[in-house]
Amino acid sequence: MATLTRAPASAGRRRQGASHRSTVVMKIAMAISGAVLLAYLTAHMLGNLKIFFGESSFDHYAHWLRTIGEPLVPHEGTLWIIRAALTASVVVHMAMAILLTRRARRARPVKYAHRPPVQGSYAARTMRWGGVIIALFVVYHLLDLTVGVANPVGASGKPYTNVTADFEHWYITAIYTVAVVAVGFHLRHGVWSMTRTLGRQRPGTERLIARISTGYAVLMTVGFLSVPFAVTVGIVG
Amino acid sequence: MKLTLRIWRQKGPADRGGMVAYDVPDASADMSFLELLDVLNERLTESGEEPVAFDHDCREGICGACSLVIDGVPHGPQKATTTCQLHLRHFRDGQTIDVEPWRAAAFPVVKDLVVDRSGLDRIIEAGGYVTAPTGSAPEAHATPIAKADADAAFEAATCIGCGACVAACPNGSAMLFTAAKATHLGLLPQGRVEQDTRVEAMIHAHDEADFGGCTNTGECTAVCPKGIPLGVIGRFNGDVLGALWRGR
Ligand code: HEM
Ligand code: SF4
Ligand code: FES
Repeated sequence: MATLTRAPASAGRRRQGASHRSTVVMKIAMAISGAVLLAYLTAHMLGNLKIFFGESSFDHYAHWLRTIGEPLVPHEGTLWIIRAALTASVVVHMAMAILLTRRARRARPVKYAHRPPVQGSYAARTMRWGGVIIALFVVYHLLDLTVGVANPVGASGKPYTNVTADFEHWYITAIYTVAVVAVGFHLRHGVWSMTRTLGRQRPGTERLIARISTGYAVLMTVGFLSVPFAVTVGIVG
Repeated sequence: MKLTLRIWRQKGPADRGGMVAYDVPDASADMSFLELLDVLNERLTESGEEPVAFDHDCREGICGACSLVIDGVPHGPQKATTTCQLHLRHFRDGQTIDVEPWRAAAFPVVKDLVVDRSGLDRIIEAGGYVTAPTGSAPEAHATPIAKADADAAFEAATCIGCGACVAACPNGSAMLFTAAKATHLGLLPQGRVEQDTRVEAMIHAHDEADFGGCTNTGECTAVCPKGIPLGVIGRFNGDVLGALWRGR
């Protein structure tokens, strides 16, 4: 029987004004900060490939990074703007990751006695610990190739020398491999998750987006790993 | 067929609870999973023991009352099937099956396998309706609705509010449920006008009820007895973004 839909007593919803702090908004902040890091990472990977064009090409590229926009901006001005944006993104990204992880733990206080993973991918399940590995690696990486204190040579303004000095040691290549693979998994789920978080998709495009995420993650992983391995096996250096 | 059930027994909300094993030697492959529990309960009652408390109502897969995490999977191993519609022919003779309640902070155990799912009701109370009386079913030609929208709205509307999505989610998130309800209303003209306030109110109630945030892993849609697609969550996120954009 058709009945009249009657509005409940509390009819007339008012704006809650709280959705700007909701879990969805936290995820949007993660997705946007992740996208900034993604753009940087892509440029970084492509820039690294300059090493295959020889020492002067690579060092010249590193020098150019410090002179972008001159004389409009001071020496290293653009570089510092990029660094500030990256720092802000990392802070937002990690803060949201921590808040959401704490929420998730609270949301399931009693664990299942029997719980096989139903479908969630390995990449999806390792976002949090993978993220921690990446964060630790970023610190080491900066000390190694930006500051130079963790580099076997640490020559200022000579990235080619520093990079080749690194990967003549198999264990440094191993550290970079572990970290880059962790980044690859993070990107696999990150890119996919970002497209979900940033809104509406046409139905039926899930599989395509999942494939694109996988393809992108594989390309990034291979691109980043090509440099250390090229040095280790002697193609470069 | 003979089955061994390891069932979560818990006297009340304050009890610690634990898994207890029961043999059911007189099960039949044609029984539903709930009938298996009926058989066990009859025996427990006859021998003066406390029967296992579990939720059920329609037993035809449409009301959303039944639950149970069966061998680690909400609603059991059969895809797109509620526990009441799950038959024992999908199990092996002699198998041991673990049966647990939905696990979430928002779903406290009432007794044994019964949990309090009123957190989902609070999400509906916050925004899962149309505030104006819109009368009975309108004349079909009065308001044209694109076929794709009608289909997607109907698909989302098939959510029976069982909470399996929450039980499966590694983050204890109720986003599949919340997004299904908001999508079903937001795609239709009667519901669309209030979509901004609706999604804001619903995500607020979702978070207030102690459900976790979504990480797009897709565990929910894999166990959903109605096969609600993950895409509703993307649409919901888009609606929240739109509401934020227009709101300030
Ligand atoms: C190279 C640096 C990084 C990049 C390019 C990156 C990129 C991304 C992207 C694009 C997302 C998707 C956002 C969304 O869910 O909508 C994401 C998610 C995430 N990231 Fe990162 N991220 C990086 C570093 C980190 C670090 C250092 C952490 C440390 C804790 C972290 C933890 C997470 C977590 C927990 C998620 C949520 C995963 C989910 O939705 O399941 N990420 N990341
Ligand atoms: S979305 Fe599916 S699993 Fe979640 S409450 Fe609705 S019917 Fe149940
Ligand atoms: S008892 Fe109604 S859906 Fe299972």
